[in-house]
Amino acid sequence: MNKGWKGQLLRVDLTAGTCKIEALNEEWAKAYVGGRGLASKYLCEEISPDVDPMSPKNKLIMATGPLTGTYGAANGRYMVVTKSPLTGTIASSNSGGYFPSELKYAGFDMIIFEGKSKHPVYLQIRDGKAELVGAVHLWGKSTNETEDAILSEFHGDAKIACIGSAGEIGVHYACIVNDKHRAAGRSGVGMVMGSKNLKAVAVRGTGGVQVANPKAYRDAALEAYGMLKENPVTGQGLGALGTPVLVNVMNQSGGLPTRNAQTGTFEGAEEISGETLASTYLKRNKSCMGCIISCGRVTKIVDNKYAGDGEGPEYETLWAIGAACGISDLAAITKANYICNEAGMDTITFGATIGCAMELFEKGLVSEKEIGMSLNFGDSDAMVKLAEMTAKGEGFGKKIGLGSYRLAESYGAPELSMSVKKLEFPAYDARAVQGMGLEYATSNRGACHVRGYLISPEILGLPEKLDPQETEGKAGWLKIFQDFTAVVDSSGVCLFTTFGIGVPQFTKFCNAATGTDMSEEDLLVAGDRIYNMERMFNLKAGIDPSQDKLPKRMLEEPLPDGPHQGQVSKLPKMLPDYYKVRGWGKDGIPTEAKLQSLGLS
Amino acid sequence: MQKLIRIEPAKCVGCKTCELSCSFKNVGEFAPSRTRIYNEIFLDEAKFITVTCMQCDEPWCEKSCPKNAISKNMATGVVTVEEVKCVGCRTCVSACPFGMIKYVDSTGKADKCNLCGGDTPECVAFCPTQCLTLDEEDKPLRQKMLRFVNTIKDGQMEV
Repeated sequence: MNKGWKGQLLRVDLTAGTCKIEALNEEWAKAYVGGRGLASKYLCEEISPDVDPMSPKNKLIMATGPLTGTYGAANGRYMVVTKSPLTGTIASSNSGGYFPSELKYAGFDMIIFEGKSKHPVYLQIRDGKAELVGAVHLWGKSTNETEDAILSEFHGDAKIACIGSAGEIGVHYACIVNDKHRAAGRSGVGMVMGSKNLKAVAVRGTGGVQVANPKAYRDAALEAYGMLKENPVTGQGLGALGTPVLVNVMNQSGGLPTRNAQTGTFEGAEEISGETLASTYLKRNKSCMGCIISCGRVTKIVDNKYAGDGEGPEYETLWAIGAACGISDLAAITKANYICNEAGMDTITFGATIGCAMELFEKGLVSEKEIGMSLNFGDSDAMVKLAEMTAKGEGFGKKIGLGSYRLAESYGAPELSMSVKKLEFPAYDARAVQGMGLEYATSNRGACHVRGYLISPEILGLPEKLDPQETEGKAGWLKIFQDFTAVVDSSGVCLFTTFGIGVPQFTKFCNAATGTDMSEEDLLVAGDRIYNMERMFNLKAGIDPSQDKLPKRMLEEPLPDGPHQGQVSKLPKMLPDYYKVRGWGKDGIPTEAKLQSLGLS
Repeated sequence: MQKLIRIEPAKCVGCKTCELSCSFKNVGEFAPSRTRIYNEIFLDEAKFITVTCMQCDEPWCEKSCPKNAISKNMATGVVTVEEVKCVGCRTCVSACPFGMIKYVDSTGKADKCNLCGGDTPECVAFCPTQCLTLDEEDKPLRQKMLRFVNTIKDGQMEV
């Protein structure tokens, strides 16, 4: 096996209660880079795309990349890949912290969970050995409590990924939390974990990761460090203000979707901004393993009815629980963020679902009696109460736990769900940032910002400034961003590094780590391959190209205010371009020739 | 004065790049278990503490070694284990009150920080926050003292 890799994966049969070690497929590792790509390849080979995500036939894969556990940029990431219960698409959720690197130090590149345990269990891994142990005593515990309990009963230096109550009770957007504050957040990967009665994975590893060409690797690392330090976003902005730096930026751009995206500017933006967070509840910043950016927000609230401590809120959370709900009470948002983290719930979908429920309530589609309280936009107390109820599966919280699409559909108004393929879009309005709308419509896991983050050129001007209302050329930009992101996600490095380093640096890293001789073009082709493979999975799962769409509001209701007042999404203009640039048919289906050229037919 | 790795804990963000760069340079792989500098993470308190060998003036490890395998270079001040002489008896491991010298199973020898043998220590070269610096002068200590001094200055009234 090439260096960079440990060369083995752990296959855990939860039905039989067994753990088996297998050699990693070397050919696949090369063609699909690692992480997201390689795990998706295994998933596509091993499950039928039409499988019920909650059935034992679905599999849950935790995968590192060849660069995970090394240094050079922000090399501490892993991917959780499965079929999503929220969207029915392929799901891959990324997280950092210390757990992913530890998995490699323990000797494994990947874990594949299959089947379903009869009773709650958790997996203990210690230097190449693994066993399933009972977790009845952990069931019901928060992510913090679970981690503390495992640290004391298994190994004080173990690194832990686990689910909270949300994953156990079937919140459709449950996440998997590791190292207490990091989350593989979106698509409901924690719900799949819970459906398998798997509470946690605890790893202790004392081995190491070798690279094929140490000198070239060190040189690549020094170059990348220099570039990341000099870049204003990675060198200063993200460390000082974290992702919340974007609240004011997006509000001024008129693209901060407010009150369930009824407008694009929020009068309370300043109160929930990164600057306000920094001057109130922020204690310090912190890093994941091997990261020089340090965007983590350690926060604490004292002397307030919402007292608590933890990490976050991040930008998307401030938007989702804040602007999307018309809430500008930073303490309430931060508190709900803590509740979500401890229950293991995706804050984006949670907040967006509350925003949707608020609109349903204000439009009279759901009654005060049914919710158990009134639920107007801006009601922070009701929002925090619903976070607690959702985490426990109580009352109307059960409905909030279904996500906005299923909620709105049950009241006959699915168009009020601001989602694509049932995944809520995050904190950028598709009417104000056209390329981002195209990304929402075409991302393989539903409306998502971290598959092709065109905010970087359209708003931040990196690597160059694009006009956010221009449609011409956006398809080409998006394809490159999506393909490159697929590579980054697969390598084991954090996406945030791409503000400062690009394809040349990743090519050097991958080659020096694994001893391959890929060109920059080869690397992007690998990204294209991963993207098309995911697309084919979705098509076979019944998510046809008619789902490459946006909520009606984005297409038909012009933005009522801000710099992009009067604009709607020009998706219909961009989508045919996109299919063409991707080498797909006009029907949005990858052509046989395209698939063949990528080795996918 | 002796050049030492000066550590300013308040600047540490818990990225463990020091552990990664140390093990990569000195044992050829990224392995925090083999590092000679330790970056401990306290998740609940969000505190990150880094420690390594301070190259004692009168090293306990040197004094305790029955084979005279450990010596302090009088010119550089670095305390080094001479591997050919080391028999792996672990006496130094017991003697060091700070836990900064350890026994390595794979080599059968004692192992400790040697400031990367005279170059810029790799941990210092890669530390992203300048929490680690190599300096003759203990600047972090002076900064700490100045913080205290400034509190007095700020509180002092004109008379």
